[in-house]
Amino acid sequence: MIELKALNKAFGTVKAVDGVSFTARNGEITGLLGPNGAGKTTTLRMLYTLMKPDSGQVLVDGIDAAVDPIAVRRRLGVLPDARGLYKRLTSRENIEYFGRLQGMDEATIAARIDGLCQALDMGEIIDRRTDGFSQGQRVKTAIARALIHDPKNCILDEPTNGLDVMATRAMRDFLRHLKAEGRCVLFSSHIMQEVGALCDRIVVIAHGHVVADASPDELREQAGTSNLEDAFVKVIGSAEGLAA
Amino acid sequence: MRSIITVFLKEVRENLRDRRTVMNTLLTGPLMAPLIFVLLINGIVSRELDKAEKPLPVPVIGAENAPNLIDALKQRGVIIKPAISAPEQAVREQTADLVLRIPPSYGEAWNKGEPAQVELIFDDSQRDAKSSVERLRSIIDGYAQRTSTLRLVARGISPTIARPLVIADRDQSTAQARGGMMFSMLPYFFILGAFIGGMALAIDTTAGERERQSLEPLFANPVARSKILLGKLGATAAFALTTLLLSIIAFSFAGQFMPTEKLGMTLSIGPRFALLTLLTMLPLVFLIASLQTLAAAFAKTFREAQTYLSLLMFVPAVPTMLMSIFPFKVETWMYAVPLVGQQVTITRLMRGEAVSAAEIALCFASTAIAAVVVYLITSRIYKGERLAIST
Repeated sequence: MIELKALNKAFGTVKAVDGVSFTARNGEITGLLGPNGAGKTTTLRMLYTLMKPDSGQVLVDGIDAAVDPIAVRRRLGVLPDARGLYKRLTSRENIEYFGRLQGMDEATIAARIDGLCQALDMGEIIDRRTDGFSQGQRVKTAIARALIHDPKNCILDEPTNGLDVMATRAMRDFLRHLKAEGRCVLFSSHIMQEVGALCDRIVVIAHGHVVADASPDELREQAGTSNLEDAFVKVIGSAEGLAA
Repeated sequence: MRSIITVFLKEVRENLRDRRTVMNTLLTGPLMAPLIFVLLINGIVSRELDKAEKPLPVPVIGAENAPNLIDALKQRGVIIKPAISAPEQAVREQTADLVLRIPPSYGEAWNKGEPAQVELIFDDSQRDAKSSVERLRSIIDGYAQRTSTLRLVARGISPTIARPLVIADRDQSTAQARGGMMFSMLPYFFILGAFIGGMALAIDTTAGERERQSLEPLFANPVARSKILLGKLGATAAFALTTLLLSIIAFSFAGQFMPTEKLGMTLSIGPRFALLTLLTMLPLVFLIASLQTLAAAFAKTFREAQTYLSLLMFVPAVPTMLMSIFPFKVETWMYAVPLVGQQVTITRLMRGEAVSAAEIALCFASTAIAAVVVYLITSRIYKGERLAIST
């Protein structure tokens, strides 16, 4: 479970994140929807302790990120916005590296790679050097490496960014698979349809504020429209920076 | 500790797969410098030797005015060339090293017993011609000396009267020391080797990793950034150390082929020299690796990091240049200054001069402290929020 409480972060005079609070529960997919530049990535970066909030609190399974950031990182599987791989290593070596940094032993790493390899359908690429991988192959490797330690909480920043239709479908299936395993899944997106189709709970962010935090049904009710996309546009106030 | 080793092994493995890095570490870095060095020394030495033995050709104007002098010059190996029309111009344009002009008044002055004059036309800024000028001057001086002795004897005066003072040269430089003067550039080549060896990794592990957007996922792992940095520094230092080791070995071999004995010099470049050099250089390698990583951490891109690191490479040249321009006496404090300490220690070791254990320990300790300080600064930069973010 992930709880964010009144997070603030400013870069100079620009308030990137301004009082963001929400909770992402286990066994649910929580979507963070907002136009480009709304503060999604900065919020997630504070969550996985890459950045320190100016004020506010991050709790992961009850652990305060400001007190024990390393314990928090151990409980998180993170697919950041930046997802560069080591080109001179194979896909498997890339994943193994992160497994070792998570403190896992070699046998567990090997077994876990087999499992992820099947779930993500990457048997053909696992022992190839990642140089020359397609965008979809790169994202698969990046996800496998983020989840190598079987984390209870999964954070994915725009996971379908740059993927083709088939790869996007596979990604959505995989997120449902993570949910079915009882994990807490939190992902960000600026694509309304994707969030509507996947999420149990939707947190809408605009200009650094949370403007809505509800289930898809509640959101439609709040906005007084039967169309979810209309509801998004209504709570944000404009469709700029969003994609259908 | 385990995570430091994990980072270290991954960086080493990844970079061993990069052919360009491997070439730089194992070939260019360690072999270029000693090779250039040996070629350079060989060139200088053989040219000096050539000049001392070879006949000296000199164009002479007015040779007919002083037949006895010309005979004396010929006896000493001077080849008398025909006169040239514009000697000053020829010397300026370097078509002649030097020209001797004997004026028509020479014979008259000589017979009267007055100082007879000859003119030596040369360009003092031409280093190449200097040894020829010196040689001709000393031959003419010798002839003048002999003549004056004969004249004094003919007048019944003891020749010693004209020499109230004699200087006896007692050169105290040992054969090793004379060699060492020529070799004061050597420590710089070793330091340069360490720079080249670590450069690719320092850039790749920090600026490169950020540019490839892999630093942010790496920092999402439950490992303190200072440990990740230590692993990366270790890998950088390991490559630099490999370069240095090969460089020392290469030099020890190449040193055998230098014509040092022809100049009456001996160099102590045996195993003892190699071991002590390695020991003095060890903390410097870590200092350089930390400095390179620090510089690379400030750079936004791979290219920018390359620029910074190339500039950084000039820093070790400064003490070397200062020391070869300004003659200096080795003082204890010099061992305590990183770079200078290594310069002094390695130069003295090569000359076969005693370097005490305390001096080596001082050099080692002060450089090690500097390395730790730079590591701590780099570690602070590494903890900064901005470091991981690629865009």
